[in-house]
Amino acid sequence: MHTMIETHQLNFFYGSFHGLIDINLAVAQYQITALIGPSGCGKSTLLRTFNRMNDLIENVRVTGRVFIDGVDIYTPQTDLVNLRKKVGMVFQRPNPFALSVAENILFSVKIHKTAPASQYEAILEESLRAVDLWEALKDKLHRSALQLSLEQQQRLCIARLLPVKPDILLMDEPCSALDPMSTAHIEELMRMLKVNYTILIVTHNMQQAARVSDFAAFLYLGELIEFGSTEKMFTVPKDRRTEEYLTGKFG
Amino acid sequence: MLERHWTWHRVKEFLIEKCIYLSGVTSIVIVALIFIFLAKEGFALFKTVGVGEFLLGIKWYPISHPAQFGILPLIIGSLVVTIGATLIAVPIGVASAVYISEVASGKIKEVLKSGIEVLAAIPSVVLGFIGMMTLVPWVKAVFNLPTGLTAFSGALMLGFMAMPTIVSIAEDALNAVPKRYKEAALALGATRWQAIWRVVFPAASSGIVAAVMLGIGRVIGETMAVMMITGNAARIPTTIFEPVRTLTATIAAEMGETVRGSDHYSALFAIGIVLFIITFMINLIADIAVHHKAK
Repeated sequence: MHTMIETHQLNFFYGSFHGLIDINLAVAQYQITALIGPSGCGKSTLLRTFNRMNDLIENVRVTGRVFIDGVDIYTPQTDLVNLRKKVGMVFQRPNPFALSVAENILFSVKIHKTAPASQYEAILEESLRAVDLWEALKDKLHRSALQLSLEQQQRLCIARLLPVKPDILLMDEPCSALDPMSTAHIEELMRMLKVNYTILIVTHNMQQAARVSDFAAFLYLGELIEFGSTEKMFTVPKDRRTEEYLTGKFG
Repeated sequence: MLERHWTWHRVKEFLIEKCIYLSGVTSIVIVALIFIFLAKEGFALFKTVGVGEFLLGIKWYPISHPAQFGILPLIIGSLVVTIGATLIAVPIGVASAVYISEVASGKIKEVLKSGIEVLAAIPSVVLGFIGMMTLVPWVKAVFNLPTGLTAFSGALMLGFMAMPTIVSIAEDALNAVPKRYKEAALALGATRWQAIWRVVFPAASSGIVAAVMLGIGRVIGETMAVMMITGNAARIPTTIFEPVRTLTATIAAEMGETVRGSDHYSALFAIGIVLFIITFMINLIADIAVHHKAK
């Protein structure tokens, strides 16, 4: 299996706080990998090192190396625009822009000038079909995206990533603002998308990790405690802390 | 125990409620009284002068015999100064709001914000005085004019007076845009400028329109500074480098010399009505803009 993301001795400091400690991780292509662990364990921080969203915070220091598809992304030559085209991100709260549905989808196409206007319609249809929104929204393309239901907004946020053809989708608790039905739909969508994308999902929800992921990484207090196939980790965890977390002894 | 009694608590509650109600009603009543007074004094003019003649007449000779009360030159004077000030204040004001809210960090942000507040706190007569002493001679020299007391000087000065209003309200509007919009744009590979221009700016557009309209309202209503530096010639200018007289300056300059109840006196009140309507329209547009997107 091709390795899509790899970290070597990755450390993350926020001021004097040591947020991630010596993380060594390899994420396989076309698989869903879940990052799990209690609040504050560093799972969201880890996710955000892969598209360098942590750069937005002041007072942050990263040591070690992160390779995306074999390329170190923490070098002075790294082009953040290209990195973020390759590594898309879905956030905890759906965050469509206060623009129309169509403008949301076409945003990346327009800023990166990846396609001429004549292809906009095709791109719209293709992206919305990929997240199963086309039928529902094909007559509402010029409505404000803020009028959609939360689930539709989150689907739109996923669809918005697709026109730039990323390789990796980072999902930071994508279902935490959604009800159980919508959550099931998004999980279904993730299974569909993994054929073409490498997906990393941060989740609080152990059942979700068990349902949807192929691999799981358990983080605790900034350290990667255990990493392996989800099935194995959830049935025979190697580390005592993993077992205690999975069985709900702490959380 | 559960039936209502006139306890001290209930009396207090009742009194507070009535006091709040009264203060709310008072402000409306005062506005209504002002308008009624304005209308009563102003409409008297239209017994002798037609509305069309008043609004479109090009001669303002209030103390000649026979007197002529055409306020078109004054309306144009106000418009020229206002449009000029708007063209100066809006781009600079909105750009500084973007800079303060999206680009500047920490100390610079604080310094700029308090600087803007200080600018807003300078009384207009002081600004007018400074303008008269520095700006007017400068305009005269640079553009080689017979006088520096021109519409252009007034527009420049008022532009700076409108700027604090525009900057602070536009900045509030930009700050109110959730950070997650910007985050989403950056995560899609947008540059900081693209994120601001294409995502944050449209999301704040209604607030920015309101900021601009309130800035314009401030300019139209301004009296003291324009009276001091626009030259006060009541004729239609052919370029912006000529003296003009505004609606507000006319009222301020002439009210002291009129005989109460005379046509001249009524004409000044009628100008007041015109101003009232203009500012009301501007506030209305600002209000519609704010509520349009807020839904």
